[in-house]
Amino acid sequence: MKSWRLPAPYLLLLPAFIVLAAVVVVPLLLSLYSSFTPFRLTRPDSIWTFIGLRNYERLFTDWEFWVAFGRTVLLLTVALNLEMVLGLGLAVLVEKATRGQRLLRTIMMFPMMFSPVLVGFQFKFMFNDNIGLINNALQGLGLTDQAIPWLIDGTLAFIAILTAEIWSSTAVFAIFILAGLMAMPKEPVEAARVDGCTPWQTFRFVTWPYLMPFAFIAMTIRSLDIARAYDIVKIMTDGGPAKRTEILWTLIARTGYSDARMGLANAMAYIAILLSIVFTAMFFRQLAKARAQIAAEW
Amino acid sequence: MATVSLHSLVKRYGNVPVVHGIDLAVADREFIALVGPSGCGKSTTLRMIAGLEDISGGEIRIGGRKVNDLPPRSRNISMVFQSYALYPHMTVAENMGFSLKIAGKPQGEIETRVAEAAKTLGLEELLERRPSQLSGGQRQRVAMGRAIVRNPEVFLFDEPLSNLDAKLRTQMRIEIKKLHAKVNSTVIYVTHDQVEAMTLADRIVIMRDGHIEQVGTPEDVFRRPATRFVAGFIGSPPMNLEEATVEDGKLVFAGGEALPLPRQFRDKVEAGRKVVFGLRPDDLYPTGHGIHSGEEAEVHEVEQAVMLTEPLGNETLVFTEFAGREWVSRMLNPKPLKPGEKVRLSFDLSQAHLFDAETGTTLRT
Repeated sequence: MKSWRLPAPYLLLLPAFIVLAAVVVVPLLLSLYSSFTPFRLTRPDSIWTFIGLRNYERLFTDWEFWVAFGRTVLLLTVALNLEMVLGLGLAVLVEKATRGQRLLRTIMMFPMMFSPVLVGFQFKFMFNDNIGLINNALQGLGLTDQAIPWLIDGTLAFIAILTAEIWSSTAVFAIFILAGLMAMPKEPVEAARVDGCTPWQTFRFVTWPYLMPFAFIAMTIRSLDIARAYDIVKIMTDGGPAKRTEILWTLIARTGYSDARMGLANAMAYIAILLSIVFTAMFFRQLAKARAQIAAEW
Repeated sequence: MATVSLHSLVKRYGNVPVVHGIDLAVADREFIALVGPSGCGKSTTLRMIAGLEDISGGEIRIGGRKVNDLPPRSRNISMVFQSYALYPHMTVAENMGFSLKIAGKPQGEIETRVAEAAKTLGLEELLERRPSQLSGGQRQRVAMGRAIVRNPEVFLFDEPLSNLDAKLRTQMRIEIKKLHAKVNSTVIYVTHDQVEAMTLADRIVIMRDGHIEQVGTPEDVFRRPATRFVAGFIGSPPMNLEEATVEDGKLVFAGGEALPLPRQFRDKVEAGRKVVFGLRPDDLYPTGHGIHSGEEAEVHEVEQAVMLTEPLGNETLVFTEFAGREWVSRMLNPKPLKPGEKVRLSFDLSQAHLFDAETGTTLRT
């Protein structure tokens, strides 16, 4: 009797399915399931207690969670906008360089070559109120005689984190926008100059629409980056002091590992992922619109 | 409307000069074509007039006003680019109205003027489309529309038809001519296509290596080329040109073949002088198949073997070898000829040109 065998196409795809299931699908489903349980790492059997949507219900009224959520959105918005403006400026300047442009491009990418953890340490040192470079410089220049509590005051700490974040990743915008500038045909810009545009109008009405798709790609990438921001914040302030710089993932990590409340942490994570999905969807729609506008062929 | 004048205009890239101090006066409402092989500096000259390139030396005046240091927007010009240079994110109407919007004109006026230009160019149906949805010819029309809505003093065209196929090019050429008749403004038109230059321009400026070789009407540059270069550049197929030495009422070619010295050059060219003899294919024809020049012809006949023919229907180009090189002749009312067949060729020497072999300038006085 001929034994039944899986048809060849399925057989060939099977290893991929198994690997995918093992590393993605099963952990995903497990974490989703655990968000419906009061699972604590210290009491493994708690994973079998099904409590339905109680974790989610709790989070909807959890002030601390929504503050962290709001702070993440704020960090994302401010950082993206500043990075975009700075990246645009950098790209325009580098594009103007007629000599040594390759070198400048490489230098521009240096900050991206460092581990975010090290960037965090570096800025933690620079913003230190006693021995930090920033206070030292400010005092040396006579701009202040106080030791400004950069990493202690909530707003100042937020600015310090923002600075580190922007320093490390503005190059993403600069690279994408520079690519756009370099791919852009020169004639429409010349046509605009003849048509009576000032340099600013030329940029605003001709160059910028062309660069928009490139900026949106950078935005999508960076929004995902910042929405999962953890390392720099963890090193610089660890969400503190007194949760003044708590963002989503520092809160989730604390809930999951320090407090050992994995079920709740997973519920938080699923809500956080929604945030990323919303931003990504938004930028992709803008990107599609911008591409259609300039009739991009890619 | 305005005159344009260039005085000792120079362009250098670093230490490399590409335009060597040219002088040119364009009259009000004149259609001037700058023509020459690629790299001759014609586009650079146009771009300097537009203000897109800095001027390294000399002076440009538009309407009497020195514009050397004015940005393009202050020169009251419009330009049509080879690649059309339309704004991809704007509709046809927005493309055409953009300069007026920038100039702060009221919306009503913009719409009227765009509609007017669209009507002139037959673009009414396309106003809401984007450039990517248009064919090459339509894009070219939009680029022209964008230029005419501004009502500028001077139109600059930078090889506007070279991205179109041959048929469309002929069609657009006629439209540009009509357009010039209608808008009646000064036009400076750069092209490498001598047919465009001949058919469109009031005067043609022939450039080579950053110098002007000749400025003249199409008739002038065709009938009375000032230099050997112009003689070879204008006319299709090109003029037959061959070096010869003047000897005792004869032109003797390198291989020993000779032609009588054309009547109009007798007593003007001394014996022993090295010259370049030029004769257009129109003035070299199998006997009985030529055009009558209208002047008193001075025909010299030579029997030659046919090397190759190119039948074009109404005429045939006949290639024969004479004095060691290939000569093209134009045969009207063609009859079939076979390669190798002997044919009597008429050289109408009354139409011949002589140029100095060294300087290349015409010996006609």
